[in-house]
Amino acid sequence: MEPILAPESIDLVSIAPVLVLTVFAMGVMVLDLFAGKSKTLLAFVSIVGLLMTAISAFAKVGLPVFSFNDSYTVDHLSVCFILIFTLSSALAILISIDYNDRENIKAGEFYSLVLFCTVGMIVLASSTDLIMIFLGIEIVSICLYVLAGIRRNHLKSNEAALKYFLLGAFATGFLLYGMALMYGATGTTNLISIADLIKSDGVKSEPLLMIGAVLLLIGFGFKVASVPFHMWAPDVYQGAPSPVTAFMAVGPKAAALVAFFRVFAETLPEISFFWETLLVTISILTMFIGNLGAIMQTNIKRLLAYSSVSHVGYILMAVLVKNTLGSASLIFYMVTYAFMIFGVFAIIIMLGRKGDENLEIEGYSGLGFKHPVIALCMTVFMLSLGGLPPLAGFVAKFYIFNAALQEGFLMLVIIAVLNSAISLYYYLKVIVYMYMKEPVREFQLSITPITLFVVALAIIGTIQLGIFPDPILSLAQQ
Amino acid sequence: MTEYFFISVFAIVALIIIGALLALSTILGPRNPTPQKLIPYECGIIPTEEAKGRYPVRFATIAMLFIIFDIEVVFMYPWAVALDQLQLFGLIEMVAFIAILGVAYVYIWGRGGLEWD
Amino acid sequence: MGHQFVLIISATIFCIGTAGFLIRKNPLIMLMSVELMLNSVNFLLVGYSSFLKTLDGQIFALIIMTVAAAEVVVGLAIILTIFRTRHELNVDHINVLKG
Repeated sequence: MEPILAPESIDLVSIAPVLVLTVFAMGVMVLDLFAGKSKTLLAFVSIVGLLMTAISAFAKVGLPVFSFNDSYTVDHLSVCFILIFTLSSALAILISIDYNDRENIKAGEFYSLVLFCTVGMIVLASSTDLIMIFLGIEIVSICLYVLAGIRRNHLKSNEAALKYFLLGAFATGFLLYGMALMYGATGTTNLISIADLIKSDGVKSEPLLMIGAVLLLIGFGFKVASVPFHMWAPDVYQGAPSPVTAFMAVGPKAAALVAFFRVFAETLPEISFFWETLLVTISILTMFIGNLGAIMQTNIKRLLAYSSVSHVGYILMAVLVKNTLGSASLIFYMVTYAFMIFGVFAIIIMLGRKGDENLEIEGYSGLGFKHPVIALCMTVFMLSLGGLPPLAGFVAKFYIFNAALQEGFLMLVIIAVLNSAISLYYYLKVIVYMYMKEPVREFQLSITPITLFVVALAIIGTIQLGIFPDPILSLAQQ
Repeated sequence: MTEYFFISVFAIVALIIIGALLALSTILGPRNPTPQKLIPYECGIIPTEEAKGRYPVRFATIAMLFIIFDIEVVFMYPWAVALDQLQLFGLIEMVAFIAILGVAYVYIWGRGGLEWD
Repeated sequence: MGHQFVLIISATIFCIGTAGFLIRKNPLIMLMSVELMLNSVNFLLVGYSSFLKTLDGQIFALIIMTVAAAEVVVGLAIILTIFRTRHELNVDHINVLKG
């Protein structure tokens, strides 16, 4: 048996973001013991930690760098995604400050859990080893189970946590069995070695590898909420506290998609003949079921849950594209998606009040007359999610569809465009309610400077990336 | 293979003896049950409730904390086996690992997870 | 006996776990079924590890054990919280969220 870890491959600088953020997460956890009643201090310490993490992502130059026996990698994809994760976690913490105050969530561990979850996402996005991918997924999932149920006395929050936990653990079983079979077929857990083995010799036709890949597809399918493994998403998104919903719709999903990309597009392209068809089917089903499900919803969070399912359908096309064009479109899509989702959820949180979150779409009737600016912002986000030019959502979709077209997925792109058209129906429904219906209730907005800041940032991001996407696009393409 | 043979002979004989004893006592033994005889303790205090009562939730909390700290020790076995190869770096790594566990312990202590009341 | 033996046993345990998860209605039993699935994976990994003469599988199994313990603790905590508010445990009755 060969030695497990070569000493020269231990490179602590390469994992600087993980180290920095872990220290901050533990610090916030301990600080919580001494912080007293007000948890706002913890939030700001967490933001500082995320900022430091984003800076430390640039600690390594001369990418790509492989360390820890090639199980951890710092490359363009992982650096870009560390920036996306820190941005989305910071936004989630910002919109949760007011919400936690209002809903009486006096749990300081909220912030440290968000940070730990971000650590998991970074591990997930940087790992090139099945063991590391498993660890990353579990760090993310365990934090999210707790975060979904952080309102302990709230029946819906409890139920969301239980459903998420049971289905998540079930999916982990499939994921692990797939990983074990892959290990059995190739004799290694390292993705780079697996890719080399598949390229060079005859494991291509190994049935264990195929079954393993299918089981991995199921496991990842659960984690990114693609059809037919999406059933948990609407319930969990509805029951979890709103900032947590926004958080899990962006960061953890993006992280799982990166791992998906690394396993399927980067490691198994040689045997794509059999998983490609499966993934195309899943992608099409995800778009249709997500969009058709969203049409019937009356609750805004459920609507956004189904819409996020359909967005996963579009994003899976990036995995199908397989090359750097695919990873670039994945990065760009997730950046724009982060801005749109956090903008929408900041507004949703503004419109609620203590004990009554005002989540029915009907409750938004007449918002356009009473609070035109907020309604206008909501309109921009909705249109961008629907993919109308000149907003960011359009550019992101255009870019991903274009990449798929270049790889010859003509039918898939046609179906995706059709689905974008369907999705406009329910996004426009929200706008119709806001501008064309009489108000059914008094609005009591809880506007704080921090939430306003998040909305403003999201609006600027959405419009900026729609009109001048070039800087971010070229950054993503490098 | 021969040692397995003797062990299996031993096991079979043991099973036969147990079966024979149980069968004989049921066949030959006299039986005249009365309600008094059928209660779990024929003499002594009459039971007041089922044994499957619910434990206080505090036990569950302690048990959950125990599981986490208990299972982390698993990493120390491979570490101890390979310590001579890992040398100083391995020692530092394990100290860091235990320090992280220590932070978790301090947190639980501070939050009152270890208090009984 | 080759690795097919390990594969068959672990696949059987995995299927029992999956079936248990899908059939039972008590979240605690469902949790135990998931544990069964994870243990079948551990069995397979350790089996392959000795068959392939590499240690990765055994390390992986150790990590799965610890992570599964952490997961179970979080799951038990969630189940306890639900039990405190509802005083019963049946996943069919936990259905406030739907639509």
